[in-house]
Amino acid sequence: MSVFQIDFGDTPDTPPRVVGIDLGTTNSLVAFLDLTAPLVVPGTNGSPIVPSVVYFPTTGEPVVGAEAQEALLTDPVNTVYSAKRLMGRGAADVAGELALLPFAMAEGSESVIRLAVGGRQLTPPEISAYVLRQLKQNAEAFLNETITQAVITVPAYFNDAQRQATKDAGRIAGLEVLRLVNEPTAAALAYGLDKRRNGTIAVYDFGGGTFDISILKLEEGLFEVLATNGDTHLGGDDIDDLLLRIALEDVDTEWGRDLSNDHEAVQRLRRAVINAKHELSSLPAATITLDYQGREYRRSFPRDVFEKLITPLIDRTLAPCRACMADAGVTPEQIDEVVLVGGSTRIPLVRQAVRALFKSEPHTELNPDEVVALGAAVQAGILSGEVEDQLLLDVTPLSLGLETMGGVVTKLILRNSTIPASATEQFTTAVDGQRNVLIHVLQGEREMVRDCRSLARFDLKDIDPVMAGMARIEVRFLIDANGILNVSAKDLRTGKEQSVEIKPSYGLTDEQVEAMILESFDKAEADFNERQVREARVEADRILAAVDKAKQSDAWFDLPAEEQTAVDKAINELHLSYHGDDHVLIQSKMEALDLASRGLAENMMNSAVRNVLKGTKIV
Amino acid sequence: MRLWNLIYRMNALPADYFAVFGISLQLALDLPELQRQFYVLSKQHHPDRFARASADEQRYALDFTSLLNDAWRVFRDPVARAEYVLKLLGYDTADSRTNTVPAELLEEVFELNMALEEARDGDSGARKQVAEALTHFTALRQDLDVERDRIFAAYDAAPADTHLEALRSLLNRRRYIDNLVRDAQQALS
Repeated sequence: MSVFQIDFGDTPDTPPRVVGIDLGTTNSLVAFLDLTAPLVVPGTNGSPIVPSVVYFPTTGEPVVGAEAQEALLTDPVNTVYSAKRLMGRGAADVAGELALLPFAMAEGSESVIRLAVGGRQLTPPEISAYVLRQLKQNAEAFLNETITQAVITVPAYFNDAQRQATKDAGRIAGLEVLRLVNEPTAAALAYGLDKRRNGTIAVYDFGGGTFDISILKLEEGLFEVLATNGDTHLGGDDIDDLLLRIALEDVDTEWGRDLSNDHEAVQRLRRAVINAKHELSSLPAATITLDYQGREYRRSFPRDVFEKLITPLIDRTLAPCRACMADAGVTPEQIDEVVLVGGSTRIPLVRQAVRALFKSEPHTELNPDEVVALGAAVQAGILSGEVEDQLLLDVTPLSLGLETMGGVVTKLILRNSTIPASATEQFTTAVDGQRNVLIHVLQGEREMVRDCRSLARFDLKDIDPVMAGMARIEVRFLIDANGILNVSAKDLRTGKEQSVEIKPSYGLTDEQVEAMILESFDKAEADFNERQVREARVEADRILAAVDKAKQSDAWFDLPAEEQTAVDKAINELHLSYHGDDHVLIQSKMEALDLASRGLAENMMNSAVRNVLKGTKIV
Repeated sequence: MRLWNLIYRMNALPADYFAVFGISLQLALDLPELQRQFYVLSKQHHPDRFARASADEQRYALDFTSLLNDAWRVFRDPVARAEYVLKLLGYDTADSRTNTVPAELLEEVFELNMALEEARDGDSGARKQVAEALTHFTALRQDLDVERDRIFAAYDAAPADTHLEALRSLLNRRRYIDNLVRDAQQALS
């Protein structure tokens, strides 16, 4: 037996671990299933929360998290926050929001937004990938193993493009996304672990950038979502914007100076209003303070004024809640439990509104910042097989339809259908010898194409040239368990697979994502190698220190001379490899030292036993 | 679970929604029992149970579960279920979607349309008329549902085309009344 055992992490026969990630608008977290309970992973600074902020300096590597948050003040135009709000969207969608954000949009952002930061052009999935990579590294450092698979949460009301963008971000970060799980559903899973086994649960999820409401039925470990609703552009950010606008006007009146185009001043003021907002959750009043270029602005904000201001925003969450209850076919009295998720549910007025609507006291036992990540870890456990007695049946938040004559949408799969869900439709040709049929798929509840969200165009290609109306192509639309659409087609006349070309309306094509993965791969490889070298050196330090100590003991002097020489040689070689950047070499030298010092270890064991028998202390 | 899956694979995917649940074609269904079956089958076949399985197994789990969900969604709604059975047996329900007014309703529909128009113009007396028509048509729809369940039972006891013909025309009438009820509700809201 050797005292210098080297731990090389996971053995090949244990399946890789799946982590759960909450990729939030403001903050992100990673969690894992530890035996039976989910736990959040602390980051390098001890906190599990990684702010979803990425700083792209003009030279050097991007910085993620709390450090990047500092750059919001010093280099706001190159620091991206709230990237989640831009996921799966086009330039026209976000024109209003970008007006308030300091970073600039690049040309050609119609179907995918490209931000011009740090001298580069990056899409929201690429930016989110930096946050995911940081979380991956935190988990790897904490768990001491390589992480390649994850469950990532998304707002329940995210559409197909937003979901796809999130999955793309995972792939770019080097993570296989085993499942996208809806945030409110994840929260219910986190609570469900030791809660009552049957009942109806409402999850009210008011986060930094999105609002979701989901109603679930819990029966014997089965979490069945009955209905979901929400607003993907309603969150704490909107409260911040509201306060920020007021403060900017205020400063303008007091100082006679419009600061709204001064990025640094805006970011400082934004931080001040966020602080005030947080304080107002526990104090009757808070002060917004700005010290800038030798001038000082102070404004006291009593809670009642704050509440009057944000009432319209909170009221906007109530209509989706009522619609959701109607779709689920339940009344407030039939809801047994209400769960609060997201930082904005710390606001007393929000809690009051929830209490009034559902007529019951909401659950707040779990930290609203952590509950989604914890639930994602439970779902990860379900997928890995560690959790066998629970299962999630989720729904699609939006109806799926086809464009038909006159710009009318024919619904194929209705909202709140349990997923995976499918529908088949037959298509034919209108002209003799026609080779292509174009299908336009949309998402939304409205009747007309112009009022729904274009999802993609599918081109049925190389159809056998036959008379008009003779072709019979059966198209199967399948929404998978991630809420993402898959389309396949079959020629019913020949029974052959029909080729389908997908042209997504928003988001990246598969080829673009592949290119981004390749691009990040070289970098990721370098990052990964560097990390492994660092880890190997830490391990080597530990071993060298141990051997050094052993050499002071009697055991060393009892060792035959040739063995002493062998150990010294191995120590030398480890020292030599230590400063190189080949972690495999360092590891093999550690193994060699381990082997060479086996006799020394045995001697130490023996003398330890002897000393114990003699009643004296060792070494 | 593995063995179960293998057996299924040998047979490929179930041919129709009834085969998904392993029951014979019938119109009247015991919904609480079917829901229990839905949960049992979900637990066996959901893609989450096969995240670590082979690509083939994953594909099968996805296909089977989507069929299962589609089947349960259709079966738990008696109207959707009846339409599905008619389609399965070759009764084209698509052409019955044409908006021909059922003859026995002609007069009442004419009156409702008049009242709807007047109500839209702000006539409060017409509003009352619309409300009365709403009550009337809602009751009529309930009668149809009782009749529907009677046809369900009759067909299951002795499958005959005449029952299916009757069911098709009943669904046609019901769809028409559905639209009237919706219009009336809209006018009153």
